[in-house]
Amino acid sequence: MASFSAEVFVVLKPLVNDPEGLVIRDGLHNIGFPEVASVRSGKYLTIDLDVGSRSEAEARLEAMCQKLLANPVIESYRVAVREAAPA
Amino acid sequence: MASFGVVVFPGTWSDRDSHFAVHDRLRQEARYIWHKERDLSGLDCVILPGGFSYGDYLRCGAVASMSPVMEEVREFAARGGLVIGICNGFQVLCESHLLPGALMRNASLQFRCQPTNLRVETTDTPFTTEASTGQLLRVPVSHGEGNYFADAETLARLEDTGRVVFRYVDATGEATAESNPNGSLNNIAGIVNDAGNVLGMMPHPERASDPLLGSEDGLVIFQSIVRNAERVLSTT
Repeated sequence: MASFSAEVFVVLKPLVNDPEGLVIRDGLHNIGFPEVASVRSGKYLTIDLDVGSRSEAEARLEAMCQKLLANPVIESYRVAVREAAPA
Repeated sequence: MASFGVVVFPGTWSDRDSHFAVHDRLRQEARYIWHKERDLSGLDCVILPGGFSYGDYLRCGAVASMSPVMEEVREFAARGGLVIGICNGFQVLCESHLLPGALMRNASLQFRCQPTNLRVETTDTPFTTEASTGQLLRVPVSHGEGNYFADAETLARLEDTGRVVFRYVDATGEATAESNPNGSLNNIAGIVNDAGNVLGMMPHPERASDPLLGSEDGLVIFQSIVRNAERVLSTT
């Protein structure tokens, strides 16, 4: 058993309209950042898990994203896994 | 007599109103079903009411779609039982993949609680047989995430196969941008699955079920379910 820490990023797919991102972009324009071309909003999760290997951690996290963490109809996701430092 | 099951998740808020519509107004059998229960025996129709199941955490309806009762609802739907998801219930049905597409943040980013006009697009579903095509129903919406989205292929299939059941329209029956409270594609307010026995709709027919509420236009949906419950049961 080893401990791993994962970062999961969930974002709306490029084709899906993101009204929240548009409002944030407009807000940035209003406060003096006219160079902002686009903003996409999303979710960031950190997940700690205990499994046998890095590949197992990656496979389990992939399954979590497919089943619950992301909605594949509208969202894509990216997972970054690292081995946690021993306590 | 039809028998309704009203599913209650932690955070559901329209369960009593749904129960009132079918039990008090239409004098049908109705019982509440807690999300951890699995017994749907004897039911003709499952109602997934509005609310904020599991606090809307992660995505609206996402956690509810994993609950024990939803496993049974999937089987119930597969057997041909009638399922109506209202508001949060529609979100749960999409997250459960019982209906295609997804419900996103309203284009306005505002929570909208207001009356809407719905145009009945088809009477060829067990939920609308007692209405007429083109009929306008005055039914309120109350949601922050009702912006229906589906990819172009799915949307075309929904439209081509007559599975869009309700559309937001203005008082004259035209589907305009102004009459669309949430930015839904094609002004979609409600859809059915391929088999026609699972309906999802963002507006609240149970809140338009008594003259005291300002409208009883929503009753026709529940009346249609009652009318068709016997036929559905006999085929399952």
